[in-house]
Amino acid sequence: MSSSSDEECSDYPRYRDRPEWKDVQPITQDDGEYPVVAIDYSDQYRDVYDYFRGIVARQEKSERALQLCTDALTLNPANYTVWHYRRQILKHLNSDLAKEIEYISDVIGEHPKNYQVWHHRRVIVDWHGDGSLECPFTEEMLRADAKNYHVWQHRQWALSKFKMFDGELEFTERLLEDDVRNNSVWNHRFFVLSSTKEQFSNVLADREIDFVITKLQIALYNESVWNYARGILLYCDSDGPKAKLLKFCNDIYGKGDHGEHSIYLFMFLADNSVEDIENGSGDTNTKLTLATKLYSELALKYDIIRTSYWNFVTQDLRRRFPSSMVE
Amino acid sequence: MDCLKVKRIRNCDEGNPTKTTTEQDKVEDVVDRLFNMFIKKSKIDPDAPLLLRKEHILYLKQSLTYLPAAYACLDSSRPWMCYWICHSLALLDYQLDSGMKSHIAKFLDKCQSSQGGFGGGPGQAPHLASTYAAVQALCCLGTEEAFEVINREKLKSFLMSTKCSTGAFSLEVDGEVDIRGAYCAAAVATITNLNTDVLFEKTAAWILSCQTYEGGFAGYPGLEAHGGYTFCGVAALTLLNSVYLCDTKALLRWCTNRQMRFEGGFQGRTNKLVDGCYSFWQGGVFPIIYEMLNGEVGESVVLDEHLFSNKALQEYILICCQAPFGGLIDKPEKARDIYHTCYTLSGLSVAQHLPNGKADIVGDETNLLMPTHPLYNIEKNCLKKAVAYFSSKTKL
Ligand SMILES: [Zn+2]
Repeated sequence: MSSSSDEECSDYPRYRDRPEWKDVQPITQDDGEYPVVAIDYSDQYRDVYDYFRGIVARQEKSERALQLCTDALTLNPANYTVWHYRRQILKHLNSDLAKEIEYISDVIGEHPKNYQVWHHRRVIVDWHGDGSLECPFTEEMLRADAKNYHVWQHRQWALSKFKMFDGELEFTERLLEDDVRNNSVWNHRFFVLSSTKEQFSNVLADREIDFVITKLQIALYNESVWNYARGILLYCDSDGPKAKLLKFCNDIYGKGDHGEHSIYLFMFLADNSVEDIENGSGDTNTKLTLATKLYSELALKYDIIRTSYWNFVTQDLRRRFPSSMVE
Repeated sequence: MDCLKVKRIRNCDEGNPTKTTTEQDKVEDVVDRLFNMFIKKSKIDPDAPLLLRKEHILYLKQSLTYLPAAYACLDSSRPWMCYWICHSLALLDYQLDSGMKSHIAKFLDKCQSSQGGFGGGPGQAPHLASTYAAVQALCCLGTEEAFEVINREKLKSFLMSTKCSTGAFSLEVDGEVDIRGAYCAAAVATITNLNTDVLFEKTAAWILSCQTYEGGFAGYPGLEAHGGYTFCGVAALTLLNSVYLCDTKALLRWCTNRQMRFEGGFQGRTNKLVDGCYSFWQGGVFPIIYEMLNGEVGESVVLDEHLFSNKALQEYILICCQAPFGGLIDKPEKARDIYHTCYTLSGLSVAQHLPNGKADIVGDETNLLMPTHPLYNIEKNCLKKAVAYFSSKTKL
């Protein structure tokens, strides 16, 4: 709370001064004899929460109690006890849930990274049984912060709950146009595919690898795409898509224009060689030579913050395939 | 002075800048300035970089007694503040006097609910995260009075009340369900000797379904791999003796790649910015992974170095994350807070203590912090004492 918001509230009438609240006994917070981590609450904060405890004690579930909750939540939207009580009131009063969704939209707009506000929205939307506002709402929230974890969590819940996956792949494509490095979007694309397909078909994997290649042509130094490709290939049992990506990688690698921007390409090629060795495909010595060469370039030149990791990976390879090791 | 000897590699946008790269560039610019200032300073100051131990202790002790009105947003996280402060002080090897220990224990008792478990403040409903924080704080205190605050019987029924049929845990009754719930429940139950097969039936399988294609763990199945949730997932699986079921190689690869090439600190997710608190959330996973690797090889292999650059991490923390008047921060130009103080210090401790038990300190020797236990993030001696205390109690 900033001092300016304190000032804004300073002439707001206190509950203790309101005649219509005379029937409620305020209850002060019991911090015990020796309070620690004691917050120097503003006068208004104390007033509102004393009355909140007062209505909970008498289990009052009324319109004015709902308003009191609103005040308490404005002062501290992270108080889950107040949210919980607010929902009990809404249920008791059989309140208009569409109005409550409007309210929670505003609160989320102000506190987009708070667990409680998103949980409240989810419960209310669930009660309301109408998910039609959730895609436009989350899309608007993503415009402000396209990586907000809570927004993606809510959107995934709503998509699954109300089976609204139509057009979602196109949505991820639009967001990747804005920022091809937004990992949340790549993850979401993976989620959409795994939620809508029984299993990753090879046709789908082939299409996704094409998509990956177009994005790698924009930026090679983009871990998100490489991780996504790895994910797609993990669920694909045909060799085609992998071969296609490998060809793309080998073409670039062959050109020899290596630098820091190639490190994910190096990692992909190296890991792929190791997988081949593990699966016994191709000439083991050739594959080992390539993998160790790439690992050592990463360790000594391009990715030196991870030298100890690359050394570890190399040693692990040596331990597992000692006889065929070429120094 | 052998600081900042390893060459740092700047981000590159390959001629196609997006929001991710422009924000990354801004952070690297500020960090670069601080690194350069440090290099000049270190030529005249042989102790640099120095951990501002006294200042941090003062800031923490002040926060223990008084918090300004701006902390009202943490009014439902007061047991957390107790834990963050007590644990930070333990890492700094600062002993609270017995009077203060008793006050903290009594206050946490005020946060304990009649239904079992602890709430975010006196009179608030019980919450699994607050419960975790309260139990952790009480263990940091290490007194019999503190241990005896916990009503184990009621705690057990509270834990049962947050268990879902899927094996997951909700943070409160009718509250949100995510991987934090499973970790908090596993940590609280194992430390207080309340864990049973029934309580954690199907939990490990549920946690495993949160490991993503990237290798890290998400807060909920389908979501993005994230540092905080990865720590929760890996630590919980280990506490439930099921960590061998997860993909260790992918996990290690993901964690290693979260260390920033230029800044040396960790990011929480792929293509996000560095943040001091991930020094622990990501850094703390490494000691757990070392144990997993041992299990896989089937022989005890003691590593002589960390699998991330523990020097670069210490440099980021000491040079970029210390507020001049105490407290630690997310990244340069951010304000200090107790949360970042706790987890950045915890990460520093992990970085200073090698897998083989030896210390590897950047800067002055006095920078050395006490070691933390990676599964609970409690100072090791405190944890030992707490575990010994509760293991003498009967299973309920
Ligand atoms: Zn942080």
